[in-house]
Amino acid sequence: MSAESVLSLEGVTKVYGEEPPVPALRGVSFSVEAGELVGIVGPSGSGKTTLLHIMGTLERPSEGVVLINGTDAALLDDRKLSYLRAREIGFVFQQFFLAEHATVRENVADGLLYAGVDAELRYQRADEALARVGLEDRSDFKPTKISGGQRQRVAIARALVGRPAIVLADEPTGNLDSATGASIMGLLKELNADGATIIMITHDSELAGQLPRQIRMLDGRVTSDTGAKPATGSMAGGRDQ
Amino acid sequence: MSGRSHRLGFEDGLRVASVGLRARPLRAGLSALGIAIGTAAIVAVLGLSSSSQAGLLAEIDRLGTNLLTVEAGKSLTGEDANLPVDAPARISHISQVEQLAYTGQVKDEDVYRSPLIPVENTGGLQVRATSLNLPAVLNTGIARGTWLNTATATVPVTMLGSTAARQLGIDRVFPHERVWLGNQWFNVVGVLDSSPLAPDVDNSALVGFPAARRYLGYTSVVGSRVEMGPPNSIYARAAQGHEAEVQAVLAKTANPESPSQVNVSQPSDVLTARAAAAGAFDSLFLGLGVVALIVGAVGVANIMIISVLERRSEIGLRRALGATETQIRSQFLAESVLLALIGGAVGVFSGVMATAVYASAKGWMVVIPAEAWTGGIASALLIGALAGLLPAMKASRMPPTAALRTA
Ligand SMILES: Nc1ncnc2c1ncn2[C@@H]1O[C@H](COP(=O)(O)OP(=O)(O)O)[C@@H](O)[C@H]1O
Ligand SMILES: [Mg+2]
Repeated sequence: MSAESVLSLEGVTKVYGEEPPVPALRGVSFSVEAGELVGIVGPSGSGKTTLLHIMGTLERPSEGVVLINGTDAALLDDRKLSYLRAREIGFVFQQFFLAEHATVRENVADGLLYAGVDAELRYQRADEALARVGLEDRSDFKPTKISGGQRQRVAIARALVGRPAIVLADEPTGNLDSATGASIMGLLKELNADGATIIMITHDSELAGQLPRQIRMLDGRVTSDTGAKPATGSMAGGRDQ
Repeated sequence: MSGRSHRLGFEDGLRVASVGLRARPLRAGLSALGIAIGTAAIVAVLGLSSSSQAGLLAEIDRLGTNLLTVEAGKSLTGEDANLPVDAPARISHISQVEQLAYTGQVKDEDVYRSPLIPVENTGGLQVRATSLNLPAVLNTGIARGTWLNTATATVPVTMLGSTAARQLGIDRVFPHERVWLGNQWFNVVGVLDSSPLAPDVDNSALVGFPAARRYLGYTSVVGSRVEMGPPNSIYARAAQGHEAEVQAVLAKTANPESPSQVNVSQPSDVLTARAAAAGAFDSLFLGLGVVALIVGAVGVANIMIISVLERRSEIGLRRALGATETQIRSQFLAESVLLALIGGAVGVFSGVMATAVYASAKGWMVVIPAEAWTGGIASALLIGALAGLLPAMKASRMPPTAALRTA
């Protein structure tokens, strides 16, 4: 577990409920370095979303350690954890979760609402992020007036607007047809090439196959990890065995 | 990684708090209606009672509080007493009495619309002989026609008090308008405005003392001489500030032999008491207003709970974007307060408008006590906070992940 890891999990388990207990994660460990593009692949119910929520500090693990930029999430209270999410973590969801009554630009700017950034800078960053995802001409549209692929681009812009250390995407192409899904994949790859660290969940092995690193999951366990790219992969791989 | 989450600024806070209102304005409006109605009722009740009180006080001010009334009381044996015929003259010699008028009730005579009306249907109206300066002393206006003068006071004509005119069905004075009074026709020369300081005048058909003597047999015997009939109400205006001194000597002056058979009063006291009573608001309507407010509070709480359940994914998303539990709680609390405040503001406005319309129709000054609208807004605020508390707690405790999960 190197100090420069953006994200590091150590023996993370998650058990839901008590009677009967449902183990969603059963000891997951891996690290992600800055600049990686990681796919988490596995069948439905294998624990991918649970893992993403734990990585995103929306949920605390039953056991194990989550380090974000070297900080142990377990040591942070709600306020500090929230601030961490506001500054360091961007989320992209399968259902986009855009506010229908706000414009595209406002939706993107709200990615920084809780980060203590003043409004002017939020909107400036929103314009930059929209330009980055190719939607500068849709700024003033309501989300209901644009296509599904465009909506997901808006959601990606919202996740990127605060320049977070990690972008976590849960089946970002799950609600899109394959051509649109492919273009979203292309966008994520481009963003990664520009330096964003992205962890993306998918149950589509074919999509995952295009990614430089794939972590496969089954029944709450990591079954394989192709490891980080050689440049940063000194500590990756093998630890789950 | 240092730092903690920031508070939202006012503008951002307001924008976030109004998300629900902007998304569903109709629902928001309906849920705030109860509070609007309750606040309107309370403001209107308080405003109307204050305005009617102000109206009465203004009326008292106009009529003057220095009028004293001397009336014949009962004799020791319980019969109606009379005031001595020379009582007005004696009272007018009191140095602090500035003006004086008097009437004498012609007890055996009544007034009717026509001879066809059965005699027992007097309608509670009286026939009174009057001194000619009565309207000036009572500050009573002439509604129609002309007041009696030295000439008309000697002939069978009458001036009607406001209630008497209404009861007799005389709301205009035609040249030959007349009433059946003491078995003969009396021409009606006019109608008075109401006299709040002397309600008896309102109920009376007024005739001059000479006419009362000549046509109605209203006389008294002093020694061996037959004179005009006795007064039984004397209205004296005391010099401003000397009402109490005058009041103290009036009974003795009016009837030196039996001052106990004289009642002296200050009629503005009655009006002042009535004004105080008008200032006391109608507690039934106030109670209804409070009930409407409570119903409104329940309505807002209900809508907020539904809203929290419906907006789980918004809450989850905001948590993912970095909102703290406190920020989520504040958002829903603020939304509830905003809803209630809008209801309260609309209610205050409607209550003020209702008061203004009613009071100006009555010719009162429009008085909205500061407590009415500050209280209205403050209770709306309190209700919003109370109604929103539980839903806001629920929202902040909701685990963000459930709503964010892909089905
Ligand atoms: N809140 C919860 N309570 C109980 N069980 C849950 C809860 N959330 C998820 N699970 C269970 O945890 C397992 C993993 O779910 P999930 O992480 O959503 O998998 P995936 O995203 O790979 O489909 C599933 O068996 C699911 O039913
Ligand atoms: Mg999932």
